[in-house]
Parts: sequence; C-alpha cells; structure tokens
Amino acid sequence: MSLEIGSPLTIGLILLVVIGTAAMLITVERRLLGFWQERLGPNRVGWFGSLQVVADMIKIFTKEDWIPPFADKFSFVIAPGIIMSAVLLSFAVIPFAPDIGVIDSNIGVLFVLAMASLGAYSVMLGGLSSDNKYALLGSLRAAAQMVSYEVFMGISLLGVVALTGSFNMREIVEAQTDGWYIIPQFIGFVIFLIAGVAESHRLPFDIPEAEQEICAGYHTEYSGMKFGMFFVAEYIGLVLISSLITVLFFGGWLGPSFLPPIIWFFVKASAFIGFFILMRAAVPRPRYDQLMSYGWLFLLPLSLVNLLVTGVIILSTQ
Amino acid sequence: MIKLIVDTLLSQIRTLWLVFIKLFQKKDTVEYPDQQPYMFPRWRGRIILSRDPDGEERCVACNLCAVACPVDCIALQKGEMEDGRWYPEFFRINFSRCIMCGFCEEACPTNAIQLTPDFEMAEYVRQDMVWEKEDLLIEGTGKYHDYNFYRVAGKKIEGKDKGEALNEAPPVDVRSLLP
Repeated sequence: MSLEIGSPLTIGLILLVVIGTAAMLITVERRLLGFWQERLGPNRVGWFGSLQVVADMIKIFTKEDWIPPFADKFSFVIAPGIIMSAVLLSFAVIPFAPDIGVIDSNIGVLFVLAMASLGAYSVMLGGLSSDNKYALLGSLRAAAQMVSYEVFMGISLLGVVALTGSFNMREIVEAQTDGWYIIPQFIGFVIFLIAGVAESHRLPFDIPEAEQEICAGYHTEYSGMKFGMFFVAEYIGLVLISSLITVLFFGGWLGPSFLPPIIWFFVKASAFIGFFILMRAAVPRPRYDQLMSYGWLFLLPLSLVNLLVTGVIILSTQ
Repeated sequence: MIKLIVDTLLSQIRTLWLVFIKLFQKKDTVEYPDQQPYMFPRWRGRIILSRDPDGEERCVACNLCAVACPVDCIALQKGEMEDGRWYPEFFRINFSRCIMCGFCEEACPTNAIQLTPDFEMAEYVRQDMVWEKEDLLIEGTGKYHDYNFYRVAGKKIEGKDKGEALNEAPPVDVRSLLP
C-alpha cells in the first residue's frame, strides 16, 4: 500500500486526521474562546488542557442515549448520521496535496455543494422528528437559512470556476500557481466566507441553534452520542469550510518549497479555523429576518454582480 | 448607502481586531487552588467560638446569637457550672444553612462567637456540615485578646462577689434612703 490518490491507506489517514482534528477543535475552541474572553479556558486535564477532548469524549460516551417517547424513532436516529456522512463525504474531493486525496473528480465543486444541501435534510429531520417546539423552530430556521445561503454560496464559487475553466479542485489549485484567487475574486471570497459560516451554522449565524432564544434549536431533544454526532459534524463542517476556502481562494497546497505541500495546506486551513473561532468570539448574532434580508437583498445581488464582472473581464482579455 | 456598508464593514473588522489582541493580554482568571486569594481579616467566613485570656469558654449561652440568626442555623442549650458560670451544654451550627451574615457576632455580648477569613468548608456528606461545640471551639481569644466577660460583668460567680468586677460600683442598698 502506498500514499496515492484513492488508496485505502490514504483514505483511512484522511478520515482519521479529519475526525481527529474535529475532535481536537472542541478543546482548541474552548481554549481560544477563553483567551479571547480574558479567561484561561480548560487547562487542567493533561498538558495545558490537551487531554480535555478525552475527558469530553468519555463523558459523552457514558451519557444516557435517550430517545423521547413522543419522537419519530426512525428519522430521529437517522438524522445525526446524515449530517455526519454528508460532511465526511465532502472531504472526498478535497485535494490535500498533489498525491493525497480520495478521488480526483471532475465535478468536485458541485459535489461539495450537493453534500452541503444534503446536510440540510439532517437538520430538518432532526427538528421535525423531535416533536418539540424549540426543535421545530430551529429546523424551520435552519431549512430557510441553508436553502437561501446555498444559492449564492454556489454563485460566489462560479467566479473561481470560470477563471479556471474547470470544476475539478486539483485543477483549480494548479491554476493558482501564478497567483491566488483571493486577489481577482476578493468579493467572491468574502461572500463564500459568510455563506460558509451560515452553511455550517457557526456562531454569527447560528440562528438554527440559538441557545439564548430556542434552547439548542434542532438538537434540543438529542443526548449522548447522537448529540455528539451533531456536535462533531459541526466541527467537521468548520474544517470543511476552512479547507474549501484554502483550496479555492488561497492556493491549496501551493507555497514556498521549504515546507512540504501538505503542511502548507494545514497551515492555511488552521488559520481559517482560527478565524472562524475568532468570529464566534467577537461577532454577535443577527436577528432571523436580518439574516434573511441580508442574504437575499445584499449578498445575492453582490454575488451576481461579481460573477457578471468576472465574466466580462474574462471575455474581454481573451 | 455606500457609507453605511463601509462603516459597518470597518466596525466589524475593528471588533475582530480588538478581540484578537486579547490573545496576548493578561487574563483575569485567578487559578484558585494553586493561587490563593488574599483574605481580608474582617472577611466573614467560618464561625468559631473563642476562649477568654484565662482559657475558659467565653460563651455564656445567652441565646442572643440564635435569636439574631436570620436562618436559624444556631442551636444551643444552657448549662450552669458549680461556680455560677453559664456555659453551653451543646452548641451546634448548621453550616449548610448559615449565610455568613455575621449577625451572631454582632449580637454576642461576650465576643465569644466570631467569624474568620476561612471559607473552604465544602463537604461530601451533608450531615458533616453540622458542626458541634468541639468543632467550633478554638484554643485562642480570636480578634479580642484582653476581653474577659466575667471580669467586667456584674454577674456573681464563685470568687467574685457583686461590685468586685472591673470598674464596677458597689451594689446599691435599695432599702436605704441615703444616696
């Protein structure tokens, strides 16, 4: 067995690293949030709190896995599995390094967008099957938010696709050898960043699970490892969005050759993960209608204009 | 419209920056068990019963502390020694009810009951929060070193008759007409 695209060893390693990173993020996020709130965060378990994730895992595995008697059992159980598999499947098309990846797909970008849409089903099913008013409100909000933000998440990527002339993520990375797409596609990057936060419902846009308004939103009734799967899936989604930004706008594995490509990828992706955590620490949550009007009335026209201008420039320079 | 968008954007970036530099600033957390806080001498913490300079119990079982206590966490029973001194047969404080208000200390006429700066009184068993007299009584005088109630009070005990206390006038003969 060797490290090449699609070999079982590579797939296993990617799975391990992705889930491991997502689990470590529980600790890292709590520490960073602590620092940004002038606290220290959890620093008791292990070296500077590094084993906190083990303690959290033991806690979440030993908790009672309770299914409410009024819930619809089948969809209640299947909902966390859907979001977990959808975000993990998205990593199939991410090019980590020239020879590390799961598949080399011609429709990589489309595949990621499709998987992101599937994630909405999990949230809707979880909220509906719980038969709880907070869960219902949360899934209602989640469905509206994800459906509307997917629209210009896709449109903001089309500029990158048009510049490359391909949906293949490897070709997108290789096309950035002369310059990262952050410069020609800055507006596209900003829109994708915002839409990505909304898509993974992280804090500035965590309206589906707004703790202060509707308990925990769509996973109010979940406990034990089913809640843990929602929780870890959110972190995997965060890693996914960071990886996507790295691949599409920051040149993926490209970088000065004193570090191997995979390290460059990790450095860039980690910087974005840190930025997302910073956004959670700093930016307050907008109101639900503000989120909707911001998306449809501001971001959607902006992404369309961005696509139009990109198209005009590409055509005029040919 | 453009100005609004630019202002909002700059405001958000400023917010992010101001929060980001907190990473390098001093944290407010006091890591308590490793880093003990300074306890002020007049802090109202664990309650003790003190002794007078001669080593006798100061408490005279007057029940004023139990009356003053707003949560009724003090219980005691009066006893009397052969020499005429009063003392508590038992003195019980339920620290799971005590709110450390210090009213008992203010009510005490003999400075017997006092609050100390100690606050680490957590227990695993609820019944262990009830402290008896032997737990409360200390071997020292607490905050007031020279005070001895029976030396200044008019109460007659063995070896000290009426009018023999410190600064006490001789007893007045109420049946006499002379001043």
